[in-house]
Amino acid sequence: MSGGEGRRGVAIALASTVVFFTLLGVAITNAPGWPEVKRTFFDWGQFKDSMPEIADAFLLNVKMFMIAEAFILVFALVLAVVRSLPGPVFFPMRVLGIVYADFFRGVPTILVIALLGFGAPALQLEGVPLSTTFWGIVSLVLVYTAYVSEVYRAGIESVHPSQDAAARSLGLTHFQSLRKVVLPQAVRRVIPPLLNDFIGLQKDTALVGFLGSVEAFKQSQIDAAATFNYTPFLAAAVLFVALTIPLARFTDWLVERDRRRRQAAGVR
Amino acid sequence: MRRALALLVLALLCVLAAGCGGSADDKSAGGTTAAASCEKGDLNLVSDGMLTVGTDNPAFPPWFGGDEKAPWKVSDPRSGEGFESAVAYAVADELGFAKDEVTWIVVPFNTAFAPGPKKFDFDINQISFKPARATAVDFSDSYYNVNQSLVVLEGTPIADADSIAALKPYKFGAQLGTTSYDYIVDNIKPSKQSAVFNTNDAAVASLKNKQIDGLVVDLPTAFYVTAAQIENSKILGQFPTVGSAEHFGMVFEKGNSLVSCVNDALSTLHAAGTLQDLQDQWLSKAAGAPVLK
Repeated sequence: MSGGEGRRGVAIALASTVVFFTLLGVAITNAPGWPEVKRTFFDWGQFKDSMPEIADAFLLNVKMFMIAEAFILVFALVLAVVRSLPGPVFFPMRVLGIVYADFFRGVPTILVIALLGFGAPALQLEGVPLSTTFWGIVSLVLVYTAYVSEVYRAGIESVHPSQDAAARSLGLTHFQSLRKVVLPQAVRRVIPPLLNDFIGLQKDTALVGFLGSVEAFKQSQIDAAATFNYTPFLAAAVLFVALTIPLARFTDWLVERDRRRRQAAGVR
Repeated sequence: MRRALALLVLALLCVLAAGCGGSADDKSAGGTTAAASCEKGDLNLVSDGMLTVGTDNPAFPPWFGGDEKAPWKVSDPRSGEGFESAVAYAVADELGFAKDEVTWIVVPFNTAFAPGPKKFDFDINQISFKPARATAVDFSDSYYNVNQSLVVLEGTPIADADSIAALKPYKFGAQLGTTSYDYIVDNIKPSKQSAVFNTNDAAVASLKNKQIDGLVVDLPTAFYVTAAQIENSKILGQFPTVGSAEHFGMVFEKGNSLVSCVNDALSTLHAAGTLQDLQDQWLSKAAGAPVLK
């Protein structure tokens, strides 16, 4: 391809983009309901009014997913390792791992939250916490541990068996080989899907609002119900997105750095 | 080839855009004209000859009575028993509808007063009039004036509170988008973040679990909660009305000419003492709760 053709390609792409978004914009703003939609979903004054309260409530979401993620990363790794244990002795543990992962990936998160958040305190046992935030976090940890353990397991299985075989032939035990050879490679490979689940977790903290906790989505619902203006939902959405985009770029950077390092090592 | 495809996509988009613009026929043209007549045949109805009334399912006493009958849970709005069912049939009667010309449909509480076209002629579901709500839908005049009240569990510390000032250190709960929630924020002003629930049932579950200390609901609902939903619960008291009296209104699609006819019917029922009689009959217990100052 010559330089002229390349420029022509850019020009066409640019023109196509401009035409596409202009047409889309015209189609939306000329729709019969647009003035109403603009008033109820894109009201700048409403956005500014509700943002401070929603941002305040968003701290609860941040608290929940930060605490939950710390437990999830550890528990999921344990679960994945348990499921990859060799030999007939560990059969019952493997079965337990499979049942756990199947169950908690199958049950809708909001049902787990409702069952634990209202069900566990209803037992009225001494010492069982009543806090909805506590049970919300527990539910999210249970559900996301199941997802994330599958991610780890995929990573562990993607490491070629010869790596383990080589480590064992050097005299390392199964656990030493796992810890020093297999897992470091496995975890590095699954960082992008791990982040993917982390983002999913961030969004699912909104489900804890079902228990009455006032997190960002619940606060935006309160504002929307008070004013009949749905712009607060947009404000909540902006907060969630503002957190996930930098995280996504950070992961891209991690992956890229890792790739460069491995290539450099290969050359040497 | 690829460029041809891109052009084709663009052309398609043009057609779509034109299609969207062209379908802008105004469906609400008939809805905004005020009907001069309240004759049964002239009424602006969802389905001709039938009065379609909406309410949420389950339909709870004392607003709705009668035995549970599918698709309705807990009670049956078609029974004519319970305050709101009785009022709906009384209004229907004033408008000239026989009992079998009234149909009931399920309308979730929060969607009843959301903007947009409605599948009901009116919705009767303990919906308090609010100016902000009235920008999205039309309200009838009041068919019931209501106070907020506080439900607590017997034997918990809050059960000894005897003034609004004494309530401040406790954790309260209310349903999202209700005047009960507004009452907590504007008048009780507790020191702890209140819990907010999408349904009243979730709020009730939370009080049962002692996850909240007190549940704020309107007084008649409080009677149902204490009588049927939570053992060992009691109405600590009702709150004084702040500002203009809170009242329930029937909800109509914005601009529906039926509102004025229903208002005529309500004022007739009010003048004849029928509304008061129905209130005494179905909500009589509401007189007993002490007022918290």
